[in-house]
Amino acid sequence: MKRERINKGFAEMFKNGVIMDVTTPEQARIAQEAGACAVMALERVPADIRKDGQVARMSDPSMIQAIMEAVTIPVMAKVRIGHFMEARILEALGVDFIDESEVLTPADESRHVDKSQFKVPFVCGARNLGEALRRINEGAAMIRTKGEAGTGNIVEAVRHMRAINEEIAALKGLDGHQLTLKAGEMRVPVTLVEQTRELGRLSVVNFAAGGVATPADAALMMALGSDGVFVGSGVFKSENPARMAHAIVQAVIHYQDPVRLVEISKNLGTAMIGLENKVLEIKMAERGV
Amino acid sequence: MLVGLLGLQGAFLDHIPHLDRCGATPVVVRDIQGLSRVDRLIIPGGESTVMTKFMVEFGMLEPLRARINSGMPVWGVCAGAILLAEQVDGKSGVLGVLSAQLTRNAYGRQIASDAISIRVPVLGLENYPAIFIRAPRIDTLDPSVTVHARREIDPVFVQEGNVIATTFHPELNSDDFFHRYFLDL
Repeated sequence: MKRERINKGFAEMFKNGVIMDVTTPEQARIAQEAGACAVMALERVPADIRKDGQVARMSDPSMIQAIMEAVTIPVMAKVRIGHFMEARILEALGVDFIDESEVLTPADESRHVDKSQFKVPFVCGARNLGEALRRINEGAAMIRTKGEAGTGNIVEAVRHMRAINEEIAALKGLDGHQLTLKAGEMRVPVTLVEQTRELGRLSVVNFAAGGVATPADAALMMALGSDGVFVGSGVFKSENPARMAHAIVQAVIHYQDPVRLVEISKNLGTAMIGLENKVLEIKMAERGV
Repeated sequence: MLVGLLGLQGAFLDHIPHLDRCGATPVVVRDIQGLSRVDRLIIPGGESTVMTKFMVEFGMLEPLRARINSGMPVWGVCAGAILLAEQVDGKSGVLGVLSAQLTRNAYGRQIASDAISIRVPVLGLENYPAIFIRAPRIDTLDPSVTVHARREIDPVFVQEGNVIATTFHPELNSDDFFHRYFLDL
């Protein structure tokens, strides 16, 4: 319980910030310099994982360690869904946060990691309220959307953020019996559903992730109620990573100010090349429900 | 009373329920104009590198330092304490309005973050559960700085006139002791 509060509190510190995928210490330094509030260390960004079509696993700890040594901001790293041993390894390595991520190839098709058994905090993806509450119930200290990673297409992240907001709003109209049914349907304790209704939002920080490619995308997600933004391939697959990274961070700060967003969006070079949803062979978001 | 929350990054919205309960009016401050309107300012927890970067880029550093030097009460929480300090990790600090030397992330990474019971006599608290998150450590202080609470020997709640700093996060608890103290400065 105490650990849970400390870890949820840590996630609060990322709010109104941008967490960036990096594959080298050099990229980590560029991200920190551009104003990232944390970095996600991984061997290949989602756009390349998607292209390669191979099994994607936890990154080499020596590569993650080199990034931890390169920056002072917190460092996150990914494990496969359900792969509690990769999680044990990253915890022992001392990463600040673990992303149990659908971007990697799932290790377990029916169970996620029991995150309550760990000292290190976890972030998990969710497409809807049921997924979000199941992950929180397993001990996730932070939630993010499961926008299609590596596509540069924001549509799925928008869908997930809206779905969660609408489902939470709909809890208001339910009586006690209906709430119990709803909890059963979502396979979570009714107290968690009651708490969510009471708060009018998830009980943990909720970030946008997957498909963020421009400052406008980041501002859009903030306006839809995201607490902050993950940018995966969007920075280092763009023409000018340092400039794009800086612009996305500024857009998160000034998302309510379209006049400032004009200046922020100017002369950034080409954003990452986007992929239309219908041409995707793998829908990562369908992994780990 | 308008209480500014420096809103460049971090856990600034978390102070709103506390300030509401104390009858103060919170305002998020993101630029010089916003800064000029508030009666006092909270610099929140978050990433000090990010806040520093944008305070400089948005030209807020000098106006803020001038206001603090002319007596505006300011409270730095964790990363906020880092921004206030005269010296950080052996280098010159950002605002330099608190005569203290700090070390960032001195207690270790997130695994080492912890809730620790502290005594805060000035608030009449015997066992306050202070939440430390990748906290900085206050190494040395000028005699002009009062220590209100310690974690073992390390000062964790200090005051120099109109400037207060906590290296832990009272905004993550549900009480308002620290907010009331700040509003009474």
